[in-house]
Amino acid sequence: MKLRDYVLIRVLLSIPMILILLSVVFLILRVIPGDPVVAILGPKAPPEQVEELREKLGLNDPIYVQYFKYLGGLIRGNLGESILTGRSVSEEILERFPATLELSIVSMTIASLLGVFLGVESSRRRNTPVDVSIRVYSLAIYSIPIFWLGLMFQLIFGKYLGVLPISGRISPLMEPERITGLYLVDSILELNLRAFLDSIEHLILPSLTLGLVLSGVVVRMTRANMLEVLEKDFILASRARGVVERRVIYKDALKNALIPVITMMGLQFALLMGGAVLTETTFSWPGIGSYLIMRIGYRDFSAVQGAIVFYAILVASISVLVDIICAYIDPRVRY
Amino acid sequence: MLERKMVFLGSSILLAFIAMSVLAPLCKYDPTRGVDEELLPPSREHIMGTDNLGRDVFSRVIWGSRTSLLIALISVLIASLSGIPLGILSGYFGGKMDRILSMIMDSIYSFPGLILAIAIAAVLGPGVLNVSLAIAAVYIPTYFRVMRNTVSKVKNELYVVAARALGAGDLLILKDCVLPNLIPSIVVISTINVADAILTEAGLSFLGLGITPPTPDWGYDLSNGQRFILQGAWWLVFFPGIMIVLVVMGLALLGEGLSEILNPILREEE
Repeated sequence: MKLRDYVLIRVLLSIPMILILLSVVFLILRVIPGDPVVAILGPKAPPEQVEELREKLGLNDPIYVQYFKYLGGLIRGNLGESILTGRSVSEEILERFPATLELSIVSMTIASLLGVFLGVESSRRRNTPVDVSIRVYSLAIYSIPIFWLGLMFQLIFGKYLGVLPISGRISPLMEPERITGLYLVDSILELNLRAFLDSIEHLILPSLTLGLVLSGVVVRMTRANMLEVLEKDFILASRARGVVERRVIYKDALKNALIPVITMMGLQFALLMGGAVLTETTFSWPGIGSYLIMRIGYRDFSAVQGAIVFYAILVASISVLVDIICAYIDPRVRY
Repeated sequence: MLERKMVFLGSSILLAFIAMSVLAPLCKYDPTRGVDEELLPPSREHIMGTDNLGRDVFSRVIWGSRTSLLIALISVLIASLSGIPLGILSGYFGGKMDRILSMIMDSIYSFPGLILAIAIAAVLGPGVLNVSLAIAAVYIPTYFRVMRNTVSKVKNELYVVAARALGAGDLLILKDCVLPNLIPSIVVISTINVADAILTEAGLSFLGLGITPPTPDWGYDLSNGQRFILQGAWWLVFFPGIMIVLVVMGLALLGEGLSEILNPILREEE
């Protein structure tokens, strides 16, 4: 199969998945008992006001009409209007997305570098104290609630050492001009060193928190794959040829062990997004996760629905993208 | 040998956790009422200090284990009792129903679990049962997928085909041939499920979507304690968190050890 055909089929196959997810979101937010209007206005609201809002939100239409209106809006990229601010939910989300993206990229980088390194070292020293401690690390890090790790970092680095800021993305009034929305990139483009350093300072604790928690999974996957690859004949052959051990491990073995790790990291994207919600809330990071939680607090259900739909589409797109990358790296996947 | 040690350590921690929640009424102080001055650091009188309302943190931590255990157990029950039968039926009978169910479950499985739980909890509102439902919904697909895949593999094994040829009905085959193959996976998944449920519950309560005050809850207490970090009240955030870590680690050890010991099938699934 040509890569182009594979991409086409993979994209088509993702459509039912996205449709199912969108329907589940609709089902959860509209059909589950509980009247959103009462939730928004409170139980003591005057009936005329309730009726007016019901009409405005289209809740008086039959459920299937609401469903098709909802899907129709989504196709046009319209996530509706926020009940709280009256602004377009898609706009609000796109405004905050770069913050989540920046946090995710940096955390994922930390998780991959640390995770792959520890995983490799653990596999080449199988059953030594080093291996055991690395395995204990990956188990322990799984057991630590992300937000608690964040709180501990805030306590140590924010309170006791007082060296790092514990909330926000950048100090007030230092925001660089919005070009990409990623502060690290924008401040470089603006040649604004102060803003760059300041946003790095703000990024350290949140990304370390999220990165460390995600690294546990990477360690486990890398270790398992490396152990398998290290048994292979070509590794024995390399060693027999007298190739330096470090080269055998990091070049020959790791290259082969890494493909399944990359696939798995794509699947970990869902974990990353869930973790980001907790991290953003802990560090008042102005991304989509904290937006979601904040709007739940205000009972702004159109914004909540918009944020969740956005996550659904994001997750589905990433899984398509990962599959395509894998098909590109390893042609066997296509057949 | 390592596996056995893991199981031993894990089940000891789990037993201690259960004992703690059963014996909670022996605590000296009421966890929901202020009993001393506010924000006292740990001392002989209050070994984990007091919180911003003068409540004894130690009592809250001990009582909090009840909330945590209760919600974890209810959610695991709901998730397994719906996911397991659906998975078995879907895998055994196959056909169109199986394809549709699998597709729905796979889609939900691919979605970030915590965010799904957040959405459901936000709609249902706080409370023990609501939070349990929100957490359960996330794990139904996990049970479903493992059960379905195991059953669809087992049903074509030679001994099942032989049983059928001898005239055994579906019910008998399910009970005698299929079910015994599923027990190890069920044990392992539920152990890990309890661990995940405890983490998710703490997360939801931390976000303000789980258990509401004054009920003692680790997640809620952590979010409450966060407000006093800059005042240096480390005991408010340290103790509830370390409890979560210990309990979840115990369960993870138990789950991992058990899966190494009993479950060659599950390893293939991964």
